[in-house]
Amino acid sequence: MKIEDKFAELKERNEKALIAYVCAGDPSSEATKEIVNALVKGGADIVELGLPFSDPVADGPTIQAASTRALEAGMNPDLYFEMAASIKENVPLVCMTYYNLIYKRGNEKFARDCAEAGITGIIVPDLPAEEADELHAACKQNGVDLIFLITPVTTGKRMEKNLEKTSGFVYIVSRLGVTGERVDVAESTKNILSRIDTTVPKAVGFGISNGQQAAEVIKAGADAVIVGSAFVNIIASGENVNERVEKLASELKKSCR
Amino acid sequence: MKKSMYGKFGGQFVPEVLMPALTELEEAYERYKDDREFLKELDYYMKEFAGRETPLYFAKNLSEKYGIKIYLKREDLVHGGAHKLNNTLGQALLAKYMGKKRLIAETGAGQHGTATAMAAANMGFESEVYMGAKDVIRQHMNVYRMELMGTKVNAVESGSKTLKDAINEAFRDWVTNVENTHYLIGSVVGSHPYPMIVRDFQSVIGKEVKDQIMEKEGRYPDSIIACAGGGSNAMGIFYPFIEDKEVKLFPVEAGGKEMRTTEKEALHSASLCVGEEGILQGAHTLILQDKYGQILESSSISAGLDYSGVGPELAYLADIGRITPCYANDDEALEAFYELSRLEGIIPALESSHAIAYLMKMAKMGKLGELGDLVVINLSGRGDKDLETVFKLKEEESKEDCL
Repeated sequence: MKIEDKFAELKERNEKALIAYVCAGDPSSEATKEIVNALVKGGADIVELGLPFSDPVADGPTIQAASTRALEAGMNPDLYFEMAASIKENVPLVCMTYYNLIYKRGNEKFARDCAEAGITGIIVPDLPAEEADELHAACKQNGVDLIFLITPVTTGKRMEKNLEKTSGFVYIVSRLGVTGERVDVAESTKNILSRIDTTVPKAVGFGISNGQQAAEVIKAGADAVIVGSAFVNIIASGENVNERVEKLASELKKSCR
Repeated sequence: MKKSMYGKFGGQFVPEVLMPALTELEEAYERYKDDREFLKELDYYMKEFAGRETPLYFAKNLSEKYGIKIYLKREDLVHGGAHKLNNTLGQALLAKYMGKKRLIAETGAGQHGTATAMAAANMGFESEVYMGAKDVIRQHMNVYRMELMGTKVNAVESGSKTLKDAINEAFRDWVTNVENTHYLIGSVVGSHPYPMIVRDFQSVIGKEVKDQIMEKEGRYPDSIIACAGGGSNAMGIFYPFIEDKEVKLFPVEAGGKEMRTTEKEALHSASLCVGEEGILQGAHTLILQDKYGQILESSSISAGLDYSGVGPELAYLADIGRITPCYANDDEALEAFYELSRLEGIIPALESSHAIAYLMKMAKMGKLGELGDLVVINLSGRGDKDLETVFKLKEEESKEDCL
């Protein structure tokens, strides 16, 4: 399913989107499929499937640990695409990974593999717009959205360039730092949302872990909230994972209605 | 060609949140690098604090043994015991001009961390250094040195617990505190403008060699040999000679235990010799990686060379054939460590031992002629920090002998 179709569908229902992140292969491919199922049952509208990398510099300890677990369990890009293709939930899947894995596979092949596996968007946290021409062209050709990030310190020309290049949605990093749960939702979220001028849906991530925070972000004008570490923490605990993931998704989704 | 590139290498592959910081740094560097006040102040620090210039020492016993003229560029005599201070003084001063309050750095062997701690203490910065937990153990005296000078040392427990993981953690700190913090990168690695800035501050080594060898020999050397992990001392001594095509340049990488790769790790750190193109820690360069692009752990007896990548400009110079990548393995480096200590009364860092080992290796293979009659070796640091590593190896060896 295409990301823009999902947002159009939500708009008709007057809802905002819940985007959930999990690391593929943590703790196994089979488990990931079940977790995705639970996320969607709970109300996730889009699922970000992390393709684990050995050196994830933009991620905090929670997601780094998940990446390590997944790699140790044998996850690799070939298995990743196989697994993604076998997911039958009717939600857009987005690949989040680091650029070396894409570069090594080849920009064109990576984008094509995404399209064939039913992945309709790609997020690459260490690929700024300045370096993204090849992947951008490959994504366009294969009908895959390349999603760029905006941060509290992105301004002026770079802001325009990133907004011009992004499709599907724009990933707004609500505060400085790496991924991970935070106690509060920063004031900077409101500031940054008010500075962004675009027709592309605005998704806010980094630090959101509960319904109240999600509600604040939605109230500040976001079209979607992105939640990762809170789900990954449940997965890491290994206790009643599917049930608890579904419950958290449904709590978060309530704030999006 | 984009100015951030060296041929197809280089670039700026960093999280979006760091892009403004890179632009700010680049603008500040362009503004101050030729500024008279800045250069005057830097010159003061280099002379009075770091102890430059360093001698170009004629190693008479080594020369006699190998039958060619061998000079050692004595970066081991820079304050702190390694070339690292050339760069940290430059960057710390730049950070001061930029109004930053805090310095962070990563370190492998601890030399760059120590040099950062020195610059920070002297110029009044708050500072934190990230170091792989494995390196904290093997270089604990350097940890103590840093702490003495008021720097907080963070042991990094993730990944392979070495330099590459320390860099990841430093990146994370920078991403979080980018507004008041300068990330003082210690080698010619990372995203533009770092490889250029570090190279420029280190090129004081090569500039001095040019004048010194002219004065002593009336000509440039036939070859220059320098060890290369990230490659800062190598770029520092090579750079002023790049246009002098008659001077051969040899970056010596760590061959580790052997030049072989298992599924998860390389038994060496020779990314320039056998690495493949990829993107690591901000730059498109040569790296040790598996078939999917996962970064392989590297290995070396010297913590300072134990790195899965190499500076993009070195990758470029190798690509166009201007430099000749080579390696020496752990045992060869150790042999050189002993030999220089005994022959010249200079205990080299295990990093620098690789450079000397390459000369010895060429001699053994009867290929010394390829290096010519006049050779300069960059003695990038002294061996005090490595005494314990070598001592332990020796103890283990004698235990094995008894068995």
